Amino acid sequence: MSIFHDHKKLFTLATALFGTLTLFVAVFPSLYNEENSAPLYGSVPLTEQEEAGRQIYISNGCVGCHTQQVRNVDMDKTWGSRPGIASDYAYSTRKSIWQNSGTLMGTERTGPDLTNIGDRQPSQDWHLVHLYNPRTVMPQSIMAPYPWLFEIKDKVEKGDIKVNVPQEFLHGQKGVVVATQDALNLVAYLKSLRQVKLPDGTPDPAFLYKIEKAEANAAAGGAPAELNGTDLYGANCMACHQQNGEGLPGAFPPLKGSKIVLDDNPEIMVGIIMNGYNAQEQFGEMPAVGTNANLSAEEIAAIMNHEKTSWGNTAKKVTPEQVKKLMDLAKLSAPQQ
Amino acid sequence: MKFQTKKLYSKVKLVTITILLFFQPLLTFAQTDEGVSFFPNKSIGFIGLLVGLVIVAVALVFFLILKLAGNTNQFLEDKNEVQKDKFKKYMNNLNSSEIEILKKKRSQNNNRISILVLGFLSLVPQIMSAQTAPANREDLFSQPGVIITLVLIFIPLFLALVYLAAKVSTGFKNYVNNQKINEAEEFASYISETENIPSDAILDEIKHKLEYNITPNELSGIETPNDSKGLLKNISSETNYRFFASKRPPVKRPKIDPELTRLILWFLGTAVFWLFVGSSVGEYVGIKFIVPDADNYSWLSIGRLRAVHTNLVFWAWSTIGIMGLGYYIVPMVSNAPLNSIKNGWKALIAVNAAMLIGAISIMAGINNGGGEYREIIWPIMAVWAYGLLLTVINFIKTIAKRTTLEIYISNWFIVASYIFILIVATIAYIPMGQDGIGETIVQGYYMHQAVGMWFMFSMLGVLYYLLPQQLNKPIYSYSLGVLAFWSQILFYTVIGTHHFVFSALPWWLQTVAIVGSVGMLIPVTSGTINYLMTMRGSWSKISNSYSLPFFFVGIIYYFTGSFQGTAEAFRSTNLIWHFTDFTIAHSHITMYGIITFLLFGSIYAIVPRLTGKEPPQLGVGAHFWLALIGLQFYTIPLMIGGTLKGIMWAEGKPFIDSVVLMGPYWLWRAIGGTLMWLSHIVLAYNMYKMMRPSTDVDVKERAFEIINQNLEANSVEPKI
Repeated sequence: MSIFHDHKKLFTLATALFGTLTLFVAVFPSLYNEENSAPLYGSVPLTEQEEAGRQIYISNGCVGCHTQQVRNVDMDKTWGSRPGIASDYAYSTRKSIWQNSGTLMGTERTGPDLTNIGDRQPSQDWHLVHLYNPRTVMPQSIMAPYPWLFEIKDKVEKGDIKVNVPQEFLHGQKGVVVATQDALNLVAYLKSLRQVKLPDGTPDPAFLYKIEKAEANAAAGGAPAELNGTDLYGANCMACHQQNGEGLPGAFPPLKGSKIVLDDNPEIMVGIIMNGYNAQEQFGEMPAVGTNANLSAEEIAAIMNHEKTSWGNTAKKVTPEQVKKLMDLAKLSAPQQ
Repeated sequence: MKFQTKKLYSKVKLVTITILLFFQPLLTFAQTDEGVSFFPNKSIGFIGLLVGLVIVAVALVFFLILKLAGNTNQFLEDKNEVQKDKFKKYMNNLNSSEIEILKKKRSQNNNRISILVLGFLSLVPQIMSAQTAPANREDLFSQPGVIITLVLIFIPLFLALVYLAAKVSTGFKNYVNNQKINEAEEFASYISETENIPSDAILDEIKHKLEYNITPNELSGIETPNDSKGLLKNISSETNYRFFASKRPPVKRPKIDPELTRLILWFLGTAVFWLFVGSSVGEYVGIKFIVPDADNYSWLSIGRLRAVHTNLVFWAWSTIGIMGLGYYIVPMVSNAPLNSIKNGWKALIAVNAAMLIGAISIMAGINNGGGEYREIIWPIMAVWAYGLLLTVINFIKTIAKRTTLEIYISNWFIVASYIFILIVATIAYIPMGQDGIGETIVQGYYMHQAVGMWFMFSMLGVLYYLLPQQLNKPIYSYSLGVLAFWSQILFYTVIGTHHFVFSALPWWLQTVAIVGSVGMLIPVTSGTINYLMTMRGSWSKISNSYSLPFFFVGIIYYFTGSFQGTAEAFRSTNLIWHFTDFTIAHSHITMYGIITFLLFGSIYAIVPRLTGKEPPQLGVGAHFWLALIGLQFYTIPLMIGGTLKGIMWAEGKPFIDSVVLMGPYWLWRAIGGTLMWLSHIVLAYNMYKMMRPSTDVDVKERAFEIINQNLEANSVEPKI
C-alpha cells in the first residue's frame, strides 16, 4: 500500500475526497440557490433606514437569541402564517466587501422568533420602550437592555422622539428618554420584518407534525374543549396590556375597567381585535392582532372572556357564534391593503 | 412525506431509547412524554420504563435461581463426601473454642420453604395479566392514568419479589446449616474419645507451623540488585498514607531541542490564557441570563459577548492548543526535526494577534453578518488562516523529511485537519457570493466542519500518539484508526445542514445530513473501541497518571457526545430539542467534554516532559474534579430544561412561560460554569508551576555540564 507511505498521495487523496463532498453538499447547493431564488412578488427590499437598523441588529449579535425562520412544523405556527421558503431570504445579499450577506436565520430561540415581528408588533412606542429595558413591558423577560441606543435629555427638543420609560427604570436619572437615530433605525428594521403572502393560487407549504389532540377531538365529534383564554391572552396581548391588565401608562391603555371591554355589546371590541386601533393620542397604535395571528372565533371569544372576567372586570361573556358574526362584519370594514 | 417520516420513527425509536437511557433519568422522560400528545413516539417513555422494570425483575429471578443452584450444589457435594475424610479435614483446621459454640440445639423450620414457593406461584398469574391485558389495546398505553396505574402495580410487585428472594435464600441457608449442625454434633462425640486425639508430637508440630514468622530479609537477601539491562526505573522508596494514589513522575526523556520546547510552551501558554479569557466571558454571559441588568455597556452586552466567548474558545484556546500539540507530535512521530522553527513563531503571532483584534472588533460591534462563530470579519480571519497555512506547510515538509517508512496515523489526522479547516475557512469567509439561502447552506457546512474536521480530527490524531505513549503500549488496532479516518471524512463532511432541519434549506440536503449523522456512528464506534481496548488491562494506570484521567473522560464523552449528536439530528427529536438549550448542553459536552478534556490531558502529558517539572498533584486533582463536576452541573440541567422547553413550545404555551421555566436551569448552568471557570484558574496555576524558570540547580546535570565544557575546552586547544 504505497499510498499510506507516500505523504503526497495520502494527503491528496484525503483532500480530494473531502473537496468533492464539499462541492456537492455546500458549494453547488449554495450556488444553485443563489441563482434560482427570486424575491416574492409583493416583498420590498429594505429601505436605507431599515438597512441601517439591520446593521445595528447584526453588530449587537441579536441573532444569538432570536431566529428569523418559520419551520414547517406545527409549533412554529405562532411565528408566522406559513413556513419560510428560500425566496423569503432572496433580498439578503452581500452589501459590502467587508461583510457577509447574513440571512440571520439563527440557531437558538432564547427569545421569540422575529420573522413576522413587524405584523405582530407594529407599534414603534412598544419597541422603543422595550429596547430601553425589556422589563418595562415584560417583567419576566431576560433580554438585555439597550440603553446606549437612547439619550437622556433635560427636555424634549423639536424632532425628538420621547420614550415613556417608567420612573423605576431610570434608576434615579433625571430627564426624558429620547431615542437616538440608531434606535429608530433598529425599530424601522424590526417593523419591516413581515411575512409576505404567497401569490394568489399558490398553496402554502404544509406545517408538519400537527397537534393530534385537536384532530382527535374533531374526529370524536365531541364538544370542543374550552380554550385556555389565559394562555391565548399571554401569547397575543400581554406584551402590551400586561399580565395585570393595567397596560403601561403613556404607552398602552389598560383593559382593567376599560369601557370597551366592559361593554355588553362586543361589536367594538371584536372590531379592534380584528382591525387594530389608533384613535387615542396618548397611546401607541394597536395592530390588527386577530387578523395577523389568524385567530379563530373560538380563540377570540376565549381571549375576550378572559379580559371580561379578570382583574376585577365582571362583564357578560360572549359566545364564539356571536364573535363569528362580528368578525365577518369587521372584515367588511377592514382597511384595504 | 408522512409515510417517509413514519418509517423513520420506527427506526429511530430503538436508537432514541438507547440514547435516552444514556443521558436522561428514565422517569423524567416518562413524565415529560405524557404531556406531548402530538409527539409521535408517545409510548416511548412508558415502554422504556416497562422494559427497565421487566429487566430488573428478570435479573432478580435469575439471581434467585443462581443463588439456589449454588446452595443446592454445595449441599449435594457435602453429602457425597465420605464422612471420615471430612472429619479429617476438620481436624487439620482444629480450633478448640469453636467446638463449644456448635453444641446448640437446632431449631426446626422446614415448613417455611414450601409455603413461600406456593406464595410465589400464586403471584405469577397476576404478573402475567398485568403484562398482557392492556397490550391488545395500544392506545391505552399513552394514557397517563394507565401508565401511573401500571407503575403503581409494579412497585409492590417488585418489592414482593425482592422480599421473596430474600426469604427463599435465608430459608434454604437455614436448612443447609441445620444439616451441618448435625454433622458437628457427631464430630464432637467422635473427637471426645481418647483414641481419636492425635499424639503430642503431632500437636506440637502443628503449633510450631502456626507460630512460624518470616524474617525481613529472608526472601530478598542482602545483596543489592544488579540491573544490567536498565529495566528498573522510577522506583519510589518512600511510602505514603494510601489515601490518594500518588502520581508517577514522568520518565526522564532525552531533551527536545530547547528552541522547539520554547515554541511549544508559548503555544500552550497562550492557549491557556485564551481559555481563561474565553471562559470568563462565557461565565459572565451565563450570569447575565439570571441578572440581565448587570451592566449597561454596549461592549459588554450579551449578544456581543456570546460571540466573543464562542470565537475565543474555538479559534483561540482550542486552535492554539491543538497547534502546540501538533508542533510536538509531528516531528516526534516523523523522527525528524521540525522544518522551520521560525515559521512556527510567525504562526503563533499571527493566530494570537488575529484573536486579540477579532475579540475587540466583535465587542466594538464590527460583525461579519451574524453567522455562529463566523462573526469575525474576513480580513482578521485571513491572518488567522495564514498562521494555520504556515503551520501545515511546516508539518508536511517535516513529514517529507521523516526517517520512518510509514506515516504514523497521528500525522494523517493532524495534517488532514489543517488542510480541511483551510478549505472550510476559505469557502466560509471568501468575500463573494453566498447570497440569500446560499449563505445559510454554507453556514451549516462551516459550523459543523469546523468542529468535526478540525478540532475533533486533530485531537483524534493527538490521541493516537499520546494515549499509547502514556500507557506505554501500542495502539490496539492500527486498521481501526484507518477506518475511522476515511469514514469520518465520508460521513462528517455531509452533515452540516442538520443545524437547519425543517428550515427553508433544500429538504434533500437536510435528509443527506441526517443520514450522514447516523453514518457517524461508524467512525465514533471504531475510535472508541480502539481507545478503550488500548486502555484495557491498564485501568490501574489511570489513578497514578496526570493525563490519563482526562483522556478517559474525553474518550467516554467522545462516544456519548457523538451519539447524542446523532440522536439530535433525527427529525422527530429535532422537533423538540432544536432552538432550545439542549443544543447548548450538547455543544459543551462535545467541545468541553471531548476537545477540552483531551487538551487538558495532553498538556499534562507533554509539558512535564518539556520542562522536567511536574504539576502539583493536588492542583491536577482539583482541576480534574472541578472541571468534571462543573460540566455535569452545566449540561444535565440544560438538557432537562431544554426538553421541557421544547415540549412547552409544542403545546403552544406562551413563549414567555418557557423563559420563566428555564430560570432555575440557567441558575444551575451558572453554578456549573463557575466550577469550570475555577478549574481553569487552577490549570493556569499548574501551568505556572510546570513552566516557571528553573531556580533550583540539578547537581548531577550541572556536574556533567562542567565536565562537558572542560572536554570541549580541551579538544579545542590543540587546534589553536
